[in-house]
Amino acid sequence: MKRVFIDVRRCTGCKSCELACAVEHSESKDLFLAVFETPSPVKRIHVEQVQAFSYPSRCMHCEEASCMIACPSGAMDKDKSGAVVVNEARCMGCMMCAMVCPFGAITMNRASKVIIKCDFCITRKNNGKLPACVEACPTGTLQYGEEEDLVRSKRIVAGQAVIKAVCAEKERLSETNPLEIFRKLGGI
Amino acid sequence: MKRLDMATQVLVNKAMEEGIETGLDRLEKQSPQCGFGQLGMCCRICYLGPCRIDPFDGRGKGVCGATADTIVCRNLLREETGGAASHVGHARHVVLTMKKMLEGKAPGYRIVDRGKLMEIASGLGIATESRTDNEIALDMVNKALEDLSRQDGEPMNWLKFRTPEKEFNMWQEVGLVVSNAHNEIEEAMHRTSMGNDADPINLLLACLRMGIVDGYAGLFMAADFHDVLFGTPKIRTTEANLGVLEPDKVNIAIHGHNPVLSTKVLQWADKLEGEAVNQGAKGINVIGVCCSGNELTIRNGIPMAAHNLQSEFIMLTGAIDVMPVDMQCIWPSTAQLASCFGTKVITTEPFVKIPGAEHIGFEPEHADQEAEKIVRCGIDTFNARKGKSVTIPKYKTVGYAGFSVEAIIELLKKLNNKDPLKPLIDNIVNGNIYGAVGIAGCPSLKLRDTFMTEKMTRELIKNNVLVVTTGCTAHICAQAGLLNSKAAENECGDGLKAVLTVLGETGGFGAPLPPVWHMGSCVDNSRIGHLLGVLAQRLGVKISQVPAAASAPELVQEKAVSIVTWFLALGLMVHIAPVPRILGSPVASKVLTSDLENITGGKAYVELDPVKAASGIIKHIAEKRHSLGI
Repeated sequence: MKRVFIDVRRCTGCKSCELACAVEHSESKDLFLAVFETPSPVKRIHVEQVQAFSYPSRCMHCEEASCMIACPSGAMDKDKSGAVVVNEARCMGCMMCAMVCPFGAITMNRASKVIIKCDFCITRKNNGKLPACVEACPTGTLQYGEEEDLVRSKRIVAGQAVIKAVCAEKERLSETNPLEIFRKLGGI
Repeated sequence: MKRLDMATQVLVNKAMEEGIETGLDRLEKQSPQCGFGQLGMCCRICYLGPCRIDPFDGRGKGVCGATADTIVCRNLLREETGGAASHVGHARHVVLTMKKMLEGKAPGYRIVDRGKLMEIASGLGIATESRTDNEIALDMVNKALEDLSRQDGEPMNWLKFRTPEKEFNMWQEVGLVVSNAHNEIEEAMHRTSMGNDADPINLLLACLRMGIVDGYAGLFMAADFHDVLFGTPKIRTTEANLGVLEPDKVNIAIHGHNPVLSTKVLQWADKLEGEAVNQGAKGINVIGVCCSGNELTIRNGIPMAAHNLQSEFIMLTGAIDVMPVDMQCIWPSTAQLASCFGTKVITTEPFVKIPGAEHIGFEPEHADQEAEKIVRCGIDTFNARKGKSVTIPKYKTVGYAGFSVEAIIELLKKLNNKDPLKPLIDNIVNGNIYGAVGIAGCPSLKLRDTFMTEKMTRELIKNNVLVVTTGCTAHICAQAGLLNSKAAENECGDGLKAVLTVLGETGGFGAPLPPVWHMGSCVDNSRIGHLLGVLAQRLGVKISQVPAAASAPELVQEKAVSIVTWFLALGLMVHIAPVPRILGSPVASKVLTSDLENITGGKAYVELDPVKAASGIIKHIAEKRHSLGI
């Protein structure tokens, strides 16, 4: 399944993801027109400050989603891609889902009186586009990809750290250890 | 990636092949750009911020309580202050050059256009009888310096001199008459700093005042002094586009905005041509980039090699031997690219230095020495470049430039010596000229691939709308062939074509005049205001009643924002693209796009589609014609 990973070290708190999310969920899907729409479009991603970091919090589209279990009216569902989505016609606005969500990803839409959450930009995905928040992120904090690739990239980053440490050690040894001197000269 | 016009695309392709980064790559990396910034809703004025207001939360405020309206209007005024400061600084530079000349300290300069000096003297109320030119010119200098220093609240001399009576009275009523450009710039920075003006309407009025500062202490003052020192432009032919570079000549690309240095460089290129030939060159080719280029084109006919966006790409030809620059619109990347091609960008102003560029400090006192040094530097670079391959796109066009108001009236006098404007007005009334549009501003990377300026201009002339242009839009129109007689023959409505044919014959050009008149550099937007003023006065109406409009179809610089505001103050509808940073404020959006029309007659009109923009402008002109009963 495609997922968005958050590299919190890169987030500058610019809130571009919030803005892009609201625009994507507007009638016009155009920033300059969306500002004139009533009701105003609502964002599904929230940048929160946590100590000295900022954290763009969004629905994680959990495999065992508590919101789906908690919803008394059966409004929460998974679409074909695995994204957790809300069926607005069934939602009665009780906010049980928001209560059990560990990420605070579900809010109330005051205008329509149903809950509102990340729909993983279904229309954009169908057009081969990145989710709006990911596209808007100027620093690469929000990374989109197959979950296995995202996880693998973490392994590679970790591996790079190990290799760096090993290389430093080899460099140190190459001053004295004959085998390492031989390797450095291109022997092995 | 975006595709540009054919000439530029040759160099874009070269950059891609050689892995050289250009603005196109950087724009892609910068995209998508910050929505808060685009709406003008980010405030960095104090250290309680930076604050940004959520445009979808009507109640959002900055830490200090500033609303979106306050923040947007403060930011807009700061943009305008940057623009007006640039033009006033440019004007002051030329005024001080003339002062030094009159004091005998700048021997490289002289009064070239005595007629213009007398016209200005009479406009400013300077006595001329039994006085020397130098005495009169010194009074002109002092009148200009007074506009940058007076504290008595009296209207600026240039404002009184250059504003038609009706507009002057209107501004006095609304409280827009300014007294001292430097005070206004200072006050605008003060007003917008933390904890001062928070009233969006008061801030927008200050924006209009800043536009007026730009118009009179910037544009008009600079252009008036240019004309006295370097001559009033006359209609002449020129070549345009990157194809004007010559591989076997020393190519000196003049870039920036001010003719004070560049005119001297041109003179020294003439003087040192022999030396260049001795070094194996076929001569020296002085070519214009951006507005310093325009200044020399309208007075000396030098080729218009590149507009601002191409200033970076022209380096990729490998054929530029030196690029002296003065002020404004100089991308830092030109110096970075120059080093890749063994050539030099030479900065000359103490407040404009660029990493990677050589600096030769320019002072009017030693203008000849410095200009000579720059030309010699070009010859040396040519020597090192000789024989190496270059990439010069094979595209160039021919067109007319130099349509100063004086030149236009001189031409019209041949049709009606007593009342030169009458033929023009008759043709406006009978609809041969449906209206006029001043198109000014920059080439924007964001819109260049859509050919925004060319398409809009073509649509306008097709509908018999005469277009006057300045600055980099003049480069764009020239490259598109719109400054050429053929454009009158093939692309104009019949009415406009007939008028241009008569004018071409009358002027002895042997062909119709082009449908787009190149009036000069961006400070020569004053000439557009001047022409409209002259027309309105002859008709006995306000400028806002004339069937005309203005457009900045690819706005980039802060200077364009302040010029736009001056046009708004004059009562013009001004088309703008891309979207100005005002939409975050409901008050600014409403006032600038509609309510202002009830005050000055002007309004901003935003449209990014060239064809729709043209039809919006034509609709506005139709309304103006209707109100005049024509």
